[in-house]
Amino acid sequence: MKQVMRRTLGAMAAGAILAAGVATVSGPALAQGKVLKFVQNGNLTILDPIWTTAYVTRNHGYFIYDTLFASDENNVVKPQMVDKYEVSGDKLTWTFTLRDGLEWHDGTPVTSEDCIASIKRWGARDAMGQKLMDFVKDYKAVDAKTFQMILKEPYGLVLDSLGKPSSQVPFMMPKKVAETDPFKQIDSQIGSGPFIYVNAESKPGEKHVYNKNPKYKPRSEPASGLAGGKVVKVDRVEIIEMPDPQQQVNAIAAGEIDVIEQPPHDLIPILKKEKGVTLFNWNPLGHQFIIRFNWLQPPFNNPKVRQAALLSMRQEDYLKATVGEPEYYKVCTAAFICGTPNAFDAPDGLLVKPNFEKAKALLKEAGYDGTPVVLMQSTTLPVLTNVAPVTKALLEQGGFKVDMQSMDWQTLVTRRTNKGPVGQGGWNVFHTFSVAADILNPIATSYMVANGDKAWFGWPTDPDMEKLRDAYAKETDPAKGKALAKAVQDRALETAQYGWIGQWYGPGAMRSNVTGWLKAPVPVMWNIEKK
Amino acid sequence: MIDFIVRRLIAIIPVLTVVAILVFLMLRLTPGDPAAVIAGDNATSDQIADIRTKLGLNEPIWTQFVIWIGNMLQGNFGESFFFKKTVAELIAQRIEPTLALAVCTLIFAVSISVPIGVLAAYRQGSLVDRVVMGFSVVGFSVPGFVIGYCLIYVFAIELGWLPVQGYIRIGVNFWGFLERMILPSLTLSVGFIALISRITRASVLEVLNEDYIRTARAKGLSNRVVLMRHALRNAAVPILTVIGLGIAILIGGAVVTESVFGLPGLGRLTVEAVLSRDFPTIQAVILMFSVVYVVVNLLIDISYTLFDPRIRY
Repeated sequence: MKQVMRRTLGAMAAGAILAAGVATVSGPALAQGKVLKFVQNGNLTILDPIWTTAYVTRNHGYFIYDTLFASDENNVVKPQMVDKYEVSGDKLTWTFTLRDGLEWHDGTPVTSEDCIASIKRWGARDAMGQKLMDFVKDYKAVDAKTFQMILKEPYGLVLDSLGKPSSQVPFMMPKKVAETDPFKQIDSQIGSGPFIYVNAESKPGEKHVYNKNPKYKPRSEPASGLAGGKVVKVDRVEIIEMPDPQQQVNAIAAGEIDVIEQPPHDLIPILKKEKGVTLFNWNPLGHQFIIRFNWLQPPFNNPKVRQAALLSMRQEDYLKATVGEPEYYKVCTAAFICGTPNAFDAPDGLLVKPNFEKAKALLKEAGYDGTPVVLMQSTTLPVLTNVAPVTKALLEQGGFKVDMQSMDWQTLVTRRTNKGPVGQGGWNVFHTFSVAADILNPIATSYMVANGDKAWFGWPTDPDMEKLRDAYAKETDPAKGKALAKAVQDRALETAQYGWIGQWYGPGAMRSNVTGWLKAPVPVMWNIEKK
Repeated sequence: MIDFIVRRLIAIIPVLTVVAILVFLMLRLTPGDPAAVIAGDNATSDQIADIRTKLGLNEPIWTQFVIWIGNMLQGNFGESFFFKKTVAELIAQRIEPTLALAVCTLIFAVSISVPIGVLAAYRQGSLVDRVVMGFSVVGFSVPGFVIGYCLIYVFAIELGWLPVQGYIRIGVNFWGFLERMILPSLTLSVGFIALISRITRASVLEVLNEDYIRTARAKGLSNRVVLMRHALRNAAVPILTVIGLGIAILIGGAVVTESVFGLPGLGRLTVEAVLSRDFPTIQAVILMFSVVYVVVNLLIDISYTLFDPRIRY
């Protein structure tokens, strides 16, 4: 028996030594040369950036597609695929000429017809695109490189729309691909962008591979935000799908990955202590938390009740509970993001200093009967998990009774489509957040739409708001446009259409040998060097 | 024996039918709309409704069921709502890491647990027995992800001997594959070692008190022969049952371990599909797991005959 055990233990020890030996010989992280390993926030499953608004899919779009226009670091829209453009004296005809040498990944040239088809498909899906389409009368391909967009009446946001930085981005696709039904996913991954998607090596759930596009001709200007020369300085980028944030931190510490898009705030202190890792706030405008009311069901169908809710809000409570470190948040009462041309403070300390007594008085005036309001809490998106409990506490101080119901995000996004009463699976209030770049003006901000059934969840109906938004869309004078943006914000606060409850930032993490990450609303991988 | 196997294989049909109906209905009755997930946060109700129509989710539930079953009978598992790939392709891509993890875990678990279980039984009440049983309690009690993180901290971060995470396919780089399998399979094997060693100890102890063991010893056989040929072989049936169930559980996907170590296996595919309400993928994967359970159980039953000649089918 002793002999048997000795042999068994001996075999085990030999196995362990062999395993350790193998590990030592091959090493934990093989030298990867110019391969950049990047971990995103979430798995990339859908590869059609027009079919979904998911941010990981938008990021994929920036790898392989190019845009006609793009916003620079200061959010100024600049030509990208477009060489030159002009607008007629009556502001109805926009003529765009493409740069020389633009090619799809299969070697065929980018043409006007491709761009027209791409704009049409995007315009069928994106809110800002749909608004632009309301003004478009026709398109005309003048020649292979020049096309015209002919409007019914002047529209002030043509360039802002075509240079829209975030979901859904008007990416240019080959005509054959862009003619796919906008409500069906595309099959092809051929773009004209700075990277080529390597379908054969990409395995969803494991990794996605992008090779440098050797034929891509960057603009001559230096890269700035999403504009300028998209010079790729690595041979390939691999998006590694790694669902566990703690493991992302371990992997970057061990040098197995190079870049993390946005580690959770509670792991940032660990990363700060890592010698080989640098934190970088690549998205200086950050994100904004939102509280959304259901206008169709009591009690939030009553404007006084909605106003009572806004009077109970205190941004700092939300930001402390979710982000924690003041370095990564900002109390900001501007709907269209602090630090932008459309930033205006809310009056009377609204959203910053709650007035619970006034809230209670308004509830009494509105005849609120104390029926609990159903607050949906998402428990699967870490950044949102702590938002709803803060709302519950604040609303209760303001005189509401609150029934907070916890669910996964997918259940929440399904339930929020229900327009019916709470007893039939409906809801009263929920939270979400937006990338700041998606909410910089009254047209891009879907929360500001107030055309009832066609509006975003909550379905506000406010003809005055729609008139203001239309006026903003048509205004071509920037000063007047700014005044209209303020009027839109004021109107939203007056009717308590929704609440913006704090601006926050999520830095990315990169190994110290990685440089050149651009400041932009999207984590883009051109300009990045790996030494 | 052949009759038995044929009967058991035929019995799979009603099992799969019931599983198919239950899975299909449960997915449709639980909250969650794949169209809402696909459309993303900025989509409107109208856009979600359009996507629902394109996915065929507005059809009556029985129409959807008949279409799905009809396709399944023709070997078509459908296309994932999200990945733009067939479910069969997705499963084929994800099965290798799961099988690799299952095999490595079983090798670790069986090669460690059976000897220490036998040793604990042979030395019942000794320090060795107590250590083995103590380990078994710890192995049961500590969650797998805690063990995983501890192993990562020591072997990957502090010592730098092994990678933190990831998977390399066996055909691409064998050594890379092997070094990425060590920590996850060790992590996963701890619970199985605890379970199998306890079962082995209990079974061997029971057999060691049998008359034929005393007879074997009286015949002058060595301890080794008594233990390996007489005791362990007769104690094998319950041990095999536990190992078999372990195989079925491992092939069903070790979700936490796959997530912690970044292994793109079936466990993660299942979780991702459930979270995104990818109905075709969930349905196919669960049916596949059902087949695996039934087939593994059949193989276990057949294997009993190899160890216990009294068992005949």
